[in-house]
Amino acid sequence: MSKTEIEHSEAPNDAEEEHDHPSDNKYIQIAIILGVITALEVATYFFEGMPGYILIPLLMIMMVIKFFYVAAWFMHLRFDSPLFTKFFVAGLVLATVVYAIALTVFEFWHKG
Amino acid sequence: MTQTIEPQVESTSEDEIAHQPLGVYTRPKGGNGWRDWVTTVDHKKIGILYGAAALFFFLIGGIEALLIRLQLATPNGTVLGADMYNQMFTMHGVTMVFLVIMPLAAAFANYLLPLQIGARDVAFPRLNALSFWVFLAGGLFLNTAWIFGDAPDGGWFGYAPNTGIVFSPGNGMDFYAIGLQITGIASLVSAMNLIVTVLNMRAPGMTLFKMPVFTWMILVVQFLLVFAVPVITVALFLLLFDRNFGSNFFNPVLGADPLLWQHLFWIFGHPEVYILILPSFGIISEVIPTFSRKPIFGYPFMVFSGIAIGFMGWGVWAHHMFVSGIGPISVAAFSLSTMFIAVPTGVKILNWMATMWGGKLLFNTPMLFATGVVSMFTVGGLSGVTHAVAPADTQQTDTYYIVAHFHYVIFGGALLGIFAGFYFWWPKVFGHKLGEKLGKLNFWLMLIGFNLTFGPMHILGLQGMSRRIHSYSPGFGFELWNMVETIGSFIIGLGVLLFLINIYASAKKAKGQPPIGPDPWDARSLEWITPNPTPIHNFDEVPNIEELDDFWHRKYGKDENGKIVRIASAEEVCQDGSATDVHLPSPSYWPLVLALGFPFIGYGLIYSLWLCVPGGIMILMSIYAWAFEPPDDPEGNHDDHHEENNDGVTQEVSVD
Amino acid sequence: MTDNEHSVGTGLSNNKLLMWVFLGSECLLFGGLISTYLIYRSRFADGPAPGDIFDIPFTSVSSFVLLMSSLTMVLSLSSLQRGDYRNTRLWLLTTALLGALFIGGQVYEFTTFLREGLGYSTSPFSSAFFTLTGFHGVHVSIGIVMLMSLYVSSMRGNLKRESSETLEIVGLYWHFVDVVWIFIFTVIYLVPSPTS
Repeated sequence: MSKTEIEHSEAPNDAEEEHDHPSDNKYIQIAIILGVITALEVATYFFEGMPGYILIPLLMIMMVIKFFYVAAWFMHLRFDSPLFTKFFVAGLVLATVVYAIALTVFEFWHKG
Repeated sequence: MTQTIEPQVESTSEDEIAHQPLGVYTRPKGGNGWRDWVTTVDHKKIGILYGAAALFFFLIGGIEALLIRLQLATPNGTVLGADMYNQMFTMHGVTMVFLVIMPLAAAFANYLLPLQIGARDVAFPRLNALSFWVFLAGGLFLNTAWIFGDAPDGGWFGYAPNTGIVFSPGNGMDFYAIGLQITGIASLVSAMNLIVTVLNMRAPGMTLFKMPVFTWMILVVQFLLVFAVPVITVALFLLLFDRNFGSNFFNPVLGADPLLWQHLFWIFGHPEVYILILPSFGIISEVIPTFSRKPIFGYPFMVFSGIAIGFMGWGVWAHHMFVSGIGPISVAAFSLSTMFIAVPTGVKILNWMATMWGGKLLFNTPMLFATGVVSMFTVGGLSGVTHAVAPADTQQTDTYYIVAHFHYVIFGGALLGIFAGFYFWWPKVFGHKLGEKLGKLNFWLMLIGFNLTFGPMHILGLQGMSRRIHSYSPGFGFELWNMVETIGSFIIGLGVLLFLINIYASAKKAKGQPPIGPDPWDARSLEWITPNPTPIHNFDEVPNIEELDDFWHRKYGKDENGKIVRIASAEEVCQDGSATDVHLPSPSYWPLVLALGFPFIGYGLIYSLWLCVPGGIMILMSIYAWAFEPPDDPEGNHDDHHEENNDGVTQEVSVD
Repeated sequence: MTDNEHSVGTGLSNNKLLMWVFLGSECLLFGGLISTYLIYRSRFADGPAPGDIFDIPFTSVSSFVLLMSSLTMVLSLSSLQRGDYRNTRLWLLTTALLGALFIGGQVYEFTTFLREGLGYSTSPFSSAFFTLTGFHGVHVSIGIVMLMSLYVSSMRGNLKRESSETLEIVGLYWHFVDVVWIFIFTVIYLVPSPTS
């Protein structure tokens, strides 16, 4: 019979200590990129003539890029276990799909 | 050892540790009596607390049902006025869904899940306690509406603007919204806790696909909760804001759309019904194999169909809105998706039957209830399929046909499954079985009463009897079946009474007797490796798992002809509970204190905002005290499971 | 902590996993509020329409402020992981201040709107707008409280390199709140809104 041990499967943060942490400079670079994109986004406000079918996809793309940078780098997802990303993406995807369907039922897309 | 629920004597080292003089923040010491129960962080005690509280609410919800049935026994009944009737069916629904079925499932999940995966407790024991106390606070808060004269009356589904301030000017719907917000917090916290527990705290060798089906179903339910509860949270906030702060979310005069409520509610509400049923599916997936002396048929299919139900459940919600004016395209789309969701459930029904086929069947009480689930849920599922056909639903909706459907699936499915669980796991929790004779009587009375109550509703519904109305006129031909249904409901009541008598009688009989020996049912899953009742530390040593139904395979092997033979007795395989040096998380007051803050805020929102202040202070203070509470073993070896609970050695400001 | 070769857990910290599960659930919360807003943004009754009342340049500045607070947050974490406690505190405080500045901007924006005739009860649009941004603001405020608690903890010498995970987890919450604003800023403010 084996000893009375407290066995459990919890491992410490070994995994994290082994990979790179971006340097502070890297973080600042990312912040600059984010700032530039924000400036571009705001610039669209002043382009009064831009048609909706260009403007909206453009804004969406810029939004997604910013989102990605904050999530992947600042929230460290690209360096961490993929499981974290899966949970977050699961919530995001579910929310997007479910609410998009709801908005569709409200005929949002051709009204809005 | 007596049959009462007393903690086993803990090792003295733990007492010493808990006694460390750390001033105001000394952890309470584990001990006997009520103090032990209110400060417990032990998943088993918390499970028992959930079960007891839920049974209490079950009696309340049951009385509400009987009053409804008395009112409807005859045409133009005079037992309940229209107003009171609305309150009665609203509270019956809210109570049964949120305060009975969900916490009963939580009771089983809390007690069994750590045992089934080979863990000593959940990932966050204090959060676990918090979930219970918050649930209790919310449930009691909601029911005090009865005392203050104004119970919610807008149906459990609370459709706005009917439940807005214009058409529901009393406080009832505020009790509804706030009460459900509070219980929602409990569910959300518990769900996150159990997810982390299953992912991180399984015993060595217990891969996900070696977990019992019950654990899998509970895991799927936790994911459903984590994603669905926030949606009703939004809906309830919008309703609260409309009612109390003058917002216009459901004010059609200024351009709001009542369908917003319906969508938000049912985006939550449909996953909710899978939250209600999957735990019982899990329970019978343990009971049926045990009493068929066969493994569950098609384990991977059972797991994947559960996951599929979890996914698909998000795509069908507007089938509750077929006649709300969402338009033919939406109706067609949701009609289609609803038909598809019958498939994974059908897989389960077939697999349970296939498990029983060719098995050595023992129809004791748990097995009777489990078989009841398979058959009664099938009936409910069939009526459900007829609802999916939208044109047919147009006739069925808002009639008693729907009432029949959901009672067949919730009572016939979820509740009978829970009773199967009671009878099956009672020896594990309390060290003695519930009486078989009374148990069988309990079952048959419930089954017969249930079918008498809800069977005829199919007929009445198709004959046009409206639901949610307090009376019906004579001359429609509704009289006979309504009377039958009322009689049936009282037979159910009798059955429930027998259950309570059985609890009392079995406890009385077991008093002074030694507890039942190990593995009384010759079962399959890991919780049975511990003695009965389960020792406070769960396992003397955490077992290594090698296969699905590992516990079973320690008892049975194959001889040289491939025949299954017993290779070890229960006494040999099971642990004896004698370990004394297991370190356990210490109890804590703060979950209870934190939970008490919520009713203060609730009453404050309804009666006087000043009350929110002490409520808020209690919550804030508890969070800080909790975060800075000393770890349970300040001199402990950091190699043990400090990370398992959030009593880190460091003083965290945790978000929990 | 000994590694068990049969260990089947994820190997990930319980606390961090909890926070990510929580953030997943928050997506559904904010999604509901955002969807409500989107449905109601053209229902402004007799009150101001979004296109009439939003001040994009102003909101851009406060959005930028919040964005930069994510940078300072991550710098605080990186300082703590290096054992540089002084900078940990510096960046923590800066993050909290930037967050407070953002809230200040929100308060200013709300009071301006109020003066211009957009109250909470004016229309479905107004209710949806204030509720969505209000919920976000409450989340930011709770974040500030957590940041300041960590600051005080650090001042007392209780926030050590070994416990950097605590700060990391608060950081995750903070970044999430920022990410929600990235979404809100684009979808609510920048996408052209109905005018009256």
